[in-house]
Parts: sequence; C-alpha cells; structure tokens
Amino acid sequence: MTHEGLGAPRAASDSAGAAVVRLVKKTLVIAELEVRKLRHDATELVTRAVQPALWLLIFGQVFTRVRAIPTGNLRYLDFMAPGILAQSVLFIAIFYGIAIIWERDLGILHKFLVSPSPRAALVLGKALSAGVRSLSQAAIVYLLALLLGVRLNSNPGAIALVICAVILGAAFFATLSLVIASLVKTRERFMGIGQIMTMPLFFASNAIYPIAIMPGWLQVVSHANPLTYEVDALRGLMISGGSAAYGVGPDLGILVGATAVMTLIAARLFPRVVA
Amino acid sequence: MPIVETRNLSKRYGSSLAVKELTLSVESGEIFGLLGPNGAGKSTTLKMLTTLIPPTSGGALVGGCDIVRQANAVRRIIGYVPQLLSADGALSGFENLLIFSKLYEVPRAQRRARIEEALEVMGLSEFARKLVRTYSGGMIRRLEIAQAMVYRPKVLFLDEPTVGLDPVARQAVWERIGELRTAYGMTIVLTTHYMEEADDLCSRVGILHLGEMMALGTPAELKASLRVPDATLDDVFVNFAGTSLQTGGSYRDTRRARRTARRLG
Ligand SMILES: Nc1ncnc2c1ncn2[C@@H]1O[C@H](COP(=O)(O)OP(=O)(O)OP(=O)(O)O)[C@@H](O)[C@H]1O
Ligand SMILES: [Mg+2]
Repeated sequence: MTHEGLGAPRAASDSAGAAVVRLVKKTLVIAELEVRKLRHDATELVTRAVQPALWLLIFGQVFTRVRAIPTGNLRYLDFMAPGILAQSVLFIAIFYGIAIIWERDLGILHKFLVSPSPRAALVLGKALSAGVRSLSQAAIVYLLALLLGVRLNSNPGAIALVICAVILGAAFFATLSLVIASLVKTRERFMGIGQIMTMPLFFASNAIYPIAIMPGWLQVVSHANPLTYEVDALRGLMISGGSAAYGVGPDLGILVGATAVMTLIAARLFPRVVA
Repeated sequence: MPIVETRNLSKRYGSSLAVKELTLSVESGEIFGLLGPNGAGKSTTLKMLTTLIPPTSGGALVGGCDIVRQANAVRRIIGYVPQLLSADGALSGFENLLIFSKLYEVPRAQRRARIEEALEVMGLSEFARKLVRTYSGGMIRRLEIAQAMVYRPKVLFLDEPTVGLDPVARQAVWERIGELRTAYGMTIVLTTHYMEEADDLCSRVGILHLGEMMALGTPAELKASLRVPDATLDDVFVNFAGTSLQTGGSYRDTRRARRTARRLG
C-alpha cells in the first residue's frame, strides 16, 4: 500500500476547502459519465423493472389478501411498496462492484487511477452513479404502486427526501460492493458472493414484514442492516399515513454515516484491484 | 535534468522478480523505449512509474516527485495509455475526451477547442459522435493518444501503443507520437516489442529481459556495439538476451488480438 492519504492531493497551496471542492467536482464527473452511458443505452432500465413488478404484483397482492402479516394501520401492499423499492435499489447497487472488475479487465480503471483524482472521489462517483441508476427504479416502483392503488404521499418535500433516501441507500450498497470487489478481484467470485449476500440482506430487514415478528437474533441482525433504515425512511416518506419507526432524520443520518465509513474503506482498498 | 529517474526499482510477485533493480534515467523531451519480449517486465515497470502499483523495493522520481510518497503530485504531470485498448465503448469518442479533460482539470474555456483539435489531428473528427464500441483498434489507439493531447501531460507513458494494429495504423500512430513530442515538448516513455518501432521513434532504448536491463543506449550505439556490419536492433536483442524478441509471444499475442477483436465486435 502507498503512504498517501485517501483524500485530495496535497499541493502546498491546497487548502482544505479547495480539496473538498475538488472531491465534489471529480465525484460529479464520474457520475456524469454514468448519466451519459444511460443516455446512450437505456434498455437496461427497462429490464430492471421486471423484478419489482413481479414482487408487487404477485407477492404483494397475495399477502394483501391473506392478511398474514401485521402491518398496523397500513394495508400490506402499502407497507411493502417502500420495501420493494429498497429491494430493487439493493439489487442494482450490490452488483455494482462488478463494474470495477470489468473496467479493470478492460484497462479503463487504470486510467482513472492514474488521473489526478482523489481516490475517495472515484468511489463516491461510482456510488452516486449507482444512485442515478436507482432513481429510475424509484420512478418505476412509483408508477406500479400508483397503478395498484397504493396510497402514495404526493408532498413534493417528501418526494425530494425519497430521492435522497434512494440515492443514499444505493450509495451505501454500491460502496459495500466496491469493497467486496476489491477483496475478491475476479468476476466469478464476486458473482458468487453477491448472490450469497443479497437474500440475507433483504430478508433480514423490515422490507416485507415488520421487525417485531422476527425471532430475537434476527431482530438484532436487522437492526444492524442499513437496508432497514432505508426502508424505514421510505415508509415514512412515500406512503400517506406511513410513519418511520426510527424517524426519517435518524434513518438518513445512519445511511450517511454508514456510506462515509464504507467510502473510506473502499478508497483504501480498491486501488489494489489493479495490483 | 532527468524527468524520470529510477533507483534499484524492483517488483516481486510471489517468488519471482518481475522487475530487478532497475536503474535508469530519462531526460526531458526524450522518447525512451523499453524493449523486451513477453514477460520481460515492461508493463510492470510502467505501472510502478504511473503509481498504479507500489515497488517492492527501490524507488523512482517522476518530475522530481517520489512515485510512492508523492503519488498525487506525480499523477498531476503524467499521462498513461495502458496496454489494453481502454477507451470506454459505451461513450462516444468526444465524450471519452470530455470526461478525461475534466478529470485532468483542463480549464473549461479551453476544453472544447482542445478536444476538437485533438480529434482533428488524430483523424477522428467525423467519428466524434459515434460510440467507441464501433471504432477499429487503430481508431481507439488514436483516440487514446488524442486524450493525452487534450490534457498535455509532461510525461506520457505508452504501454505497447501499436500492438495489434495493422502496418498502416501502426505507422500513423508512430507519427502522432512523434508529433506529441515536437508540439508539446512531452517526454514519452513507451514499451514495445517491435524493433522497427524503437529504431524509428526512440532517442534511446533499454533492453529488458526477465526483469533485468541488459543494455541501454541510442539505437545507433547499441547496433554499433555489436561490431558486425549492418546490425539491426534485433541482432542487438539476440546478443544481449540470448533469445529472439519475436519468440515466445505467440500465445499471448493471439489471445490479446482475440480479446481486442471481441471488444470491437
Ligand atoms: N499481478 C501479477 N501477479 C503475478 N505475476 C505478475 C503480475 N503481473 C505481472 N506478473 C508477472 O511479471 C512478469 C512481467 O510481466 P509484465 O506484464 O510486466 O511483462 P511485459 O514485459 O509487459 O510482457 P508483455 O509483452 O506480455 O506485455 C511476468 O512473468 C508476469 O507473469
Ligand atoms: Mg506488457
């Protein structure tokens, strides 16, 4: 490992402020790249819509009918819609790290690493890119939810916060994914681990049932799972009459903190994928 | 004053040394060629000099900055074209240049003019809006060199810039590399296993074999040192490395060509 820090380059004239500006600018350049790619080819966005549609249509409809899961004053479909949004974001973001391995194999990553960009900006740029991709999922889930008669909260402020929560959720799982990619280094191993991780992350959360009905040990795991806080915030923001058990503010705070920690780890680890 | 200076630069992978105690210096404005067969350690040397991987021992200065302790300062003055064709196929040629002009902090007011000029010089203007996925190998290489023209590094590292190109495309790339030096005073360090390329382009070459520098000098000096009439750089290589440059590479070369073909197809 090199001795340098994680942050921006330290030219003698650089103040901390200039370093932050550089970090933000470079992060946005990486995200811009993703947006440009999406503009050229948006087919992936459509295929990604299938999974949340199936969950809402089949699982959601059936469980709304059987009333097997206690969801307080919410209908089951209203309860699960935010969970399905969080899930589809998770599924996009958790496989995001494979892009790094892919780019390494093509030599593209080398050029980014050689450019004068803070390592943290390269990580945050990827995290934000995953967030951008996830927003299309949010639009799809909103559309499906509207068609299925989910009682959506149309307050613009709440919708703006939904966007924040979705981007933060995607950013956290994308950085986690980068960390995994940096450790396993090959596509095959990464796919294996990604598949092993997604289901536990999804089921050990409040996405499709309340934590209260879980056995004690699973409650502990669910409380340590950032997905829980993403779902909780979404439940408070997306659904009219919905409420966040831990509060939207604390939920978003936890997501910011978790993403920051994961970014620091990823910034340190991922330059090693080219070694 | 040398702009690249290595001192006992070494890289170990497991039990084998990919680069052994490499000591060399490259003067500002030179085109320096690292010559060697597959596995000689050329790419590994370039990866260390471009801060991608840390040396196991020894060190190097680029532009007076230490490649490990001052990696960020080094990155501000260098450019790198990796061995693999590595432009982003899902973006247009123009967009590839635009993104890198921003990463390299080219002033906003100059971005467009520099990008258009670079595309023009590289003969890519009419393909600027096409996705790079549709480019040929030679076009991608020219695009990558255009990238360097946009941000104008002090030192440009090119890893096998002409591998997999047909003779015409190869000739075109050589000419452009020469122009980078004359137009912007760039120092260029390139690797190659084409003797012809080294002879044509490089002011000095180093012959690397199994991680060790076997000989160092101008092409003319090296040829003269053999004391045989009409010696070629190939003869020089056989003399110093005890094997011909062109052998041993066939499998990896085909694999590489195939990979390139797959990317472009
Ligand atoms: N990441 C790595 N892990 C283990 N060994 C490696 C790694 N990278 C390179 N090597 C080994 O180091 C030696 C030098 O490799 P390098 O890629 O630098 O050669 P090269 O001169 O660039 O060859 P080529 O002409 O095929 O590109 C080779 O024996 C190679 O197998
Ligand atoms: Mg090589």
